[in-house]
Amino acid sequence: MSAEPQPQPQSPWQTATISRIEKRTPRVTSFWFQPSRPFTHLAGQHVDVRLTAPDGYQARRSYSIASAPEAGAGIELAIERLDDGEVSPFFHDVAAVGDEIELRGPLGGHFIWEASDGGPVLLVGGGSGVVPLMAMVRHRGSQKSAAPIALVFSARVWDEVVFRDELIRLDDRRDGFDLVLTLTREQARRPADYSRRVDAKMMAQAMERLPKAPRLAYVCGSNAFVSAAAEALIDAGVPAGIIRTERYGV
Amino acid sequence: MVTRGFFSGRRPPSDTDARIPPGQYLEQGFPVLSAGPTPRVRTEDWSFTLKHGPKPIKKWSWAEFNALPQSKMTRDIHCVTAWTKFNTPWQGVLIDDILADAGIEPPTAFTLALSFDGYSTNVPAKDLVTGKAMVALLYDGKPITADHGGPARLLVPHLYFWKSAKWVNGLQFTERDEPGFWELHGYHMYGDPWREQRYSSDS
Ligand SMILES: Cc1cc2nc3c(=O)[nH]c(=O)nc-3n(C[C@H](O)[C@H](O)[C@H](O)COP(=O)(O)OP(=O)(O)OC[C@H]3O[C@@H](n4cnc5c(N)ncnc54)[C@H](O)[C@@H]3O)c2cc1C
Repeated sequence: MSAEPQPQPQSPWQTATISRIEKRTPRVTSFWFQPSRPFTHLAGQHVDVRLTAPDGYQARRSYSIASAPEAGAGIELAIERLDDGEVSPFFHDVAAVGDEIELRGPLGGHFIWEASDGGPVLLVGGGSGVVPLMAMVRHRGSQKSAAPIALVFSARVWDEVVFRDELIRLDDRRDGFDLVLTLTREQARRPADYSRRVDAKMMAQAMERLPKAPRLAYVCGSNAFVSAAAEALIDAGVPAGIIRTERYGV
Repeated sequence: MVTRGFFSGRRPPSDTDARIPPGQYLEQGFPVLSAGPTPRVRTEDWSFTLKHGPKPIKKWSWAEFNALPQSKMTRDIHCVTAWTKFNTPWQGVLIDDILADAGIEPPTAFTLALSFDGYSTNVPAKDLVTGKAMVALLYDGKPITADHGGPARLLVPHLYFWKSAKWVNGLQFTERDEPGFWELHGYHMYGDPWREQRYSSDS
């Protein structure tokens, strides 16, 4: 028998320490995690998070990574509070800086955009569905990519527009990133924004802000949002084959 | 590792524990997941092709396929995104009956299920036969909705649900175990929920 030490198979789970917490909107809070085994992700990927109760009961959920791959200093997750949920209220009510949480990742190899993929790109997000799209927009910035990107972001009200100030600052640069906000329960605040649910006309107008037809389209949010937005894109003439979707569930 | 301050726990009633694979929670609804928009496949345009490699063995129209012997299966299903749903009632054509109608035994040990939207997923042939899997046509006695893969989806209930390809339009026997769509994107080649074979790095 060989006396060579065998490499231990590593559990895909690792602990990560919460290093910072920042409230972003009344219902969305960002948590920064420092993984004990650091990794590099791609914009659009997610991690799985696992909570364990003293009796061994476990709950696991997926959360998209909001930070750009280049950001360093751990990964940012932006978690929306669902009052009758199990995991998101734990983060909002219990989790504190210094806590250790189990996570695994990065995960997902389909809903990703790299600067080398180029553009134009049409991003469509509903509510917390903006999170993986934010990683793409930030990645574009850190890579100084010139790929034209239009982001259509649907939120209920102005104060629920996650990452609002950062997105508007990026939009104001006029460097090929274009932000389209649509509020479903409030009047639009900026002249070119909307106050209704996403539809084919809005998608067609968003595409006019791009120099030419999109090469890729990404849609993320609740199941109902993704279904409606993907239909709207198809009705606006976007080929189904270039549309990638990520559904957050019910 | 116990998580500080996490107690809640929707621990399912203990009599159902044995039916919930590790890492899964019990779901009452029926979540929808897919890689792209929902294709609208009209039954007039629907067909199902059985292939060995690139070579078609037999092709059925919607009417021909519906005339094959139909079976019912009520099963627990397990999605890799961690929900488990009990007692889902399906009706359709067992893979055994498809092979019998084509007059063949599985010619190779591996298959790829193929879908209208270009999706594919690999399943070993032995996991499809002897009553283990079907091409489902009805859910809960009604036609399967487009969101859930209608008009027809593969049903392989003992594997993670991404193996149960939606909008299925063919089954291809392959010489080797060839990765399908999600398997090329980091998901496990086999996908046994009881062994938590979610991602390619899981043993
Ligand atoms: C790839 C991916 C990425 C994601 N990224 C993000 C992200 O970046 N940010 C984010 O906020 N979310 C994200 N999500 C969603 C996230 O994973 C969780 O689904 C979300 O946080 C809700 O979890 P929860 O435990 O709080 O709620 P759950 O306990 O899962 O409940 C969700 C809803 O279902 C109902 N429900 C389900 N089961 C029960 C039950 N047994 N009893 C009572 N009610 C029930 C509740 O009404 C509740 O509102 C992502 C999901 C996926 C798949």
